[in-house]
Amino acid sequence: MAPVVDVAHLVKSYVVPVRKAGLRAALTSLVRRETRTVDAVRDITFRVGPGEIVGFLGPNGAGKTTTLKMLTGLLYPTAGEARVLGFEPWRRQRAYLERITLVMGQRNQLVWDIPVIDSFERNRAIYRIERAAYRRRVDELVELLELGPLLEKPVRNLSLGERMKCEIAAALLHAPEVLFLDEPTIGLDVSMQRRLRAFIREYNARTGATVLLTSHYMADVEALCRRVLVIHHGRLLFDGELASLVRRFAAYKTIAVQVNGKDFDPSRFGEVVSRDGGRIALRVTKEDAPRVTSELLRELEVADLTVEDPPIDEVIDSVFANAGP
Amino acid sequence: MKRFLEVYPALFRVGLRENIQYRASGVIWMLGLILEPVIFLVVWSRVADARGDAVGGFDAADFAAYYMVLMIVNQLTFTWVMESFQFRIQLGEFSYLLLRPLHPVHEDITMNVSFKLVMMIAMLPALAIVYVAFEPRIAISPTDAAAALGALALAFMLRFCLEWTIALAAFWTTRVSAINRLYYSLVTFLSGRVAPLAVLPAALGTVAASLPFYYCVGFPVEVLLGRLGPAEIARGFLVQAAWLAAAAAAIALVWRRAARRYAAVGA
Repeated sequence: MAPVVDVAHLVKSYVVPVRKAGLRAALTSLVRRETRTVDAVRDITFRVGPGEIVGFLGPNGAGKTTTLKMLTGLLYPTAGEARVLGFEPWRRQRAYLERITLVMGQRNQLVWDIPVIDSFERNRAIYRIERAAYRRRVDELVELLELGPLLEKPVRNLSLGERMKCEIAAALLHAPEVLFLDEPTIGLDVSMQRRLRAFIREYNARTGATVLLTSHYMADVEALCRRVLVIHHGRLLFDGELASLVRRFAAYKTIAVQVNGKDFDPSRFGEVVSRDGGRIALRVTKEDAPRVTSELLRELEVADLTVEDPPIDEVIDSVFANAGP
Repeated sequence: MKRFLEVYPALFRVGLRENIQYRASGVIWMLGLILEPVIFLVVWSRVADARGDAVGGFDAADFAAYYMVLMIVNQLTFTWVMESFQFRIQLGEFSYLLLRPLHPVHEDITMNVSFKLVMMIAMLPALAIVYVAFEPRIAISPTDAAAALGALALAFMLRFCLEWTIALAAFWTTRVSAINRLYYSLVTFLSGRVAPLAVLPAALGTVAASLPFYYCVGFPVEVLLGRLGPAEIARGFLVQAAWLAAAAAAIALVWRRAARRYAAVGA
């Protein structure tokens, strides 16, 4: 099947003015402006198929949002190509804009002082949604997101979580085929995050829409995305399944072992992370894990033993730490 | 065209609801708009009374008529796009406007017109008070009324396009408030709001008559009150139409460049 998103060698550099501190520098800058080029995205290539949910991972400033903005058409790339649904996004053709949506967790498009339903009504007008379809979608979104009691309230009276649900509903009224979600759960409490995730999964399953999302919360990515793109310093470090990311980048394993009785020195098996009586957690390199496990079983009276990958956050952290600038 | 016939009524309804919601702040805005002509009216009618003679062809009753009509014209043609653009860009709202399959100017127009419809109600008592207090001399001929309606429609479009274009400066500079202030001073002085052009020094009057500002406010007022002859009216329409064409072309050009710039430097 043809990819929904097709990105080849995408590059985006910003030219930013530079000025040193001090009066002298201020005066100099009047005559000669110094600028510096910042490479936000340097040569990124990937494809996304229909119905996929793909997560962008990366620290602040990695280029995630810049990439999303190029794909939604808010930014012109410096070089490279991208097609979404066959369109060149930055031409912002009407036919394209009617088929996508962008939700930014930190910005809002609902009108502050009027009831939520009036903002919905405005989107109905702008996107020229037929009344019957509009009602059906509002009903569906009200049910999925439990918006019923919120519709008549002015946006300013909503909590952050309530507002975010309404933002997402407003962004979906025109039944977009591609969803760009930039930090959709930022600032929300854990249970609201969980409900939004469940909703995104459900929406994807029901409509077959393609979803590209960025998030700082690994839980978002773990719950939603089988596939992740790891971006760091504007480059794509990894493109594949979350599970294989862990396999590839987790250098260590944690062996938790419960030993009966007898004093012994666990440090000869590996780095001791914690020790609580007979319960010991050891950190060993991935290569050593099988050998250490068999030694433990052979030499000690083991009541229980598990070998675990480190938490995903730690894995990602080590990816970025090792990638360098 | 069919598209706009669908979009405009729906946006207009939303605009009405929104403006009814904002009625309190709207009324305060309106008070500011109403107060300015009343202040100038008080000043000029005192001047005319003190001289016991007309100033530039205006006696106290003429000034009353001029400022009463100006109050209506100014309320019908004013826009707030220059302030709102600054916020749109600072708050990053512009991204959402760019992502809609509709040029943002359309929503601005429907919001503006619906505001005026709602706020006309606040205007009526003010007009009544001015009428009773200042006893204007108003005699309107049907032909002048018809011409004034045309001039008013063009004035609305011209002021809207002009201010929307200037508002786009917010894409290039962060000093928009300074630009706005300069514009407001110029427009207040040269549009006929501080004084009718006939009252200004001759040279300044000539300059003002060739700039666009007078055609946003003062021109329709003078047409309605029969202060201009047929030749002057015809010439006025030509200048007004020429400025409108220029401003509309400027919107299209500056908008494209602004959107491109926004896309280049980022939000």
